[in-house]
Amino acid sequence: MDQYALLIAATLNSGTVLAIAALGLLINEKAGIVNLGAEGMMLCAAIAGFATTVHTGSDWLGFAAGMGAGALLAGIFGVLAIWLNTNQYATGLALSLFGAGFSAFAGLKYVQEKLPDRTNFTIPVLKDIPVLGPALFRQHPMVYVAIALVIWLVWFLYRSRAGLVLRSVGESPESAHALGYPVRRIRLAAVMAGGALCGLAGAYISIVYTHLWVEGMVAGKGWIALALTTFATWRPARVLLGAYLFGGVTMLQFYFQSIGVDVPSQFLTMLPYLATIVVLALISRNPAWIRVNMPASLGKPFYPGS
Amino acid sequence: MLALEQRPEPSRLWSVASPVLALVITVIIGVLLFLALGKDPVRGLQVFFWEPIRSPYALGELMVKTTPLLLIALGLAVCFRSNVWNIGAEGQFVIGAVLAGAVALTATKDTTRWIVVPILFAGVIGGMAWAAITALLRDRFNANEILVSLMLVYVAQQVLIYLVFGPLKDPAGYNFPQSKTFEAVTQIPRLMHGSRMTIGLPIALAGAAALWVFLFRTRAGFAQQVGGLAPAAARYAGFSSRRALWLALLTSGGAAGLAGALEVAGPLGQLTPYVPQGYGFAAIIVAFVGRLHPVGMVFSALLMSMFYIGGELAQSRLGLPSSLTGVFQGLLLFSLLACDTLMIYRVRWKRPASS
Repeated sequence: MDQYALLIAATLNSGTVLAIAALGLLINEKAGIVNLGAEGMMLCAAIAGFATTVHTGSDWLGFAAGMGAGALLAGIFGVLAIWLNTNQYATGLALSLFGAGFSAFAGLKYVQEKLPDRTNFTIPVLKDIPVLGPALFRQHPMVYVAIALVIWLVWFLYRSRAGLVLRSVGESPESAHALGYPVRRIRLAAVMAGGALCGLAGAYISIVYTHLWVEGMVAGKGWIALALTTFATWRPARVLLGAYLFGGVTMLQFYFQSIGVDVPSQFLTMLPYLATIVVLALISRNPAWIRVNMPASLGKPFYPGS
Repeated sequence: MLALEQRPEPSRLWSVASPVLALVITVIIGVLLFLALGKDPVRGLQVFFWEPIRSPYALGELMVKTTPLLLIALGLAVCFRSNVWNIGAEGQFVIGAVLAGAVALTATKDTTRWIVVPILFAGVIGGMAWAAITALLRDRFNANEILVSLMLVYVAQQVLIYLVFGPLKDPAGYNFPQSKTFEAVTQIPRLMHGSRMTIGLPIALAGAAALWVFLFRTRAGFAQQVGGLAPAAARYAGFSSRRALWLALLTSGGAAGLAGALEVAGPLGQLTPYVPQGYGFAAIIVAFVGRLHPVGMVFSALLMSMFYIGGELAQSRLGLPSSLTGVFQGLLLFSLLACDTLMIYRVRWKRPASS
């Protein structure tokens, strides 16, 4: 029983990375912007956060540094894509390629570095419940922050006026503009918020998840997070479920290895990527279903007065 | 305030000047970076732009890296021109290399030099097959080709690693994850003594010429691009978007696979986990910087090859990490996209509207 509890715990931990990043990308996409630079932002944030934690000893400053790095890079992307009307796909791709190179370059000194001693977070009393305790209540606080974020985002997007404006900018920027909303500034704010969350996810990987820095360590999680928003048909709660599902698939490989399944490890490593492809194909099968749920102006540039 | 005003039609001047300006911006940032790192910027520029062309040998090495970049970029240009976002050329390159390597490993002492033909053929088939997965999922399931093709890069890398750790591992290789060294007979013919340049280079150049003819002189090439520019017009004209999708992905997959075959049976000579060197991703930048034009891409492939060699030299000569290459590649694409704005828009000084 205990091993299942640990598997659930590991799933939540790994799903949290995807959830935070995908929620950030969801905010972008609700405002009509696709940022393919998620992977690059997460890599840069992973090294920024890691380096900060190594030097200051504080996880929280590390997270802040990661968020800053993500928001900064997203800001550059935003200015290019929103004000200079560059192709969003190409610009995002440039960000991913740049991020991979830059993080490898900046992180070289930190490859052998170790983080200060880790504290184990637990919730008093609840942690001692059999099975549920080790499965759910001995997690890093960020795991619960991700859940709170989903709840907040549901409220923000569907219950608040600001969320309504954000969605209108993603659905019909022309109408939002005609009503006097500063479409481009709102889009930039959404892109930077999304970048900050991707950055938080990247910093979580290096600081909490692996405790080390390795070149290219995000290993496609940014791209999987991008797929998650489609998979979740742009609904926050489904993003969280999807993230846990993929977290589970990632953890499954370690589980299979631990119980000694005789499959080459490379095939197990492939699982999350293959799962992404399969799920993406299944969910996209019905074009009408996607069209109804997708922000109507997703990926389309908007230039007022043109 | 500054405002952008759309030009009646894209500026021809800026379509050429923009990549040049982007390069200048990248170089300026590079100089600042060298200064920040306490290195002599002149030495840094030399390493990137002079050393790679200084001697016939250096030029040969430049061509060795230009070949795969150009081949892959040619295929990607067909994709991007038809609005098919294949960003998984790296994976198609790897599977092409794997299949070509598998054929090369069948060579024995009695094999003739003609084995090179099936090797290259296997590379093309491998790359096409890998790209066909993306095409199929897009065609039948409407799955986003960006994400599928990229996920398949990770899968392809794992396939390669599985093979070199498992079935294709050299039994006499001291347990290193690598295949046997291929028989000498499988070596892609070299162009001249004392250089590692192979017939891959003329093949890539011929590919550029073929692409030019296809894009600008054939009806099929025209149909291919209309779908990318104006999907509604293409439908009206009866051009099939499914056909365009398959043609784009099979062409680019085949080109990337061919590049993989030329690489593995050329400079590499065996399968190792280090077959993928990021050419598939760098070629995306080559394609954009070269304006998706065959001639432009020859120049941008040379430039990107310089970045690769410069990065290696910066490591050995200046003690800088070779990942500098990736930084400059990313910067170049960023600056290009920003400069391209000037091609479509005019920058005007406008008073803020008083309403």
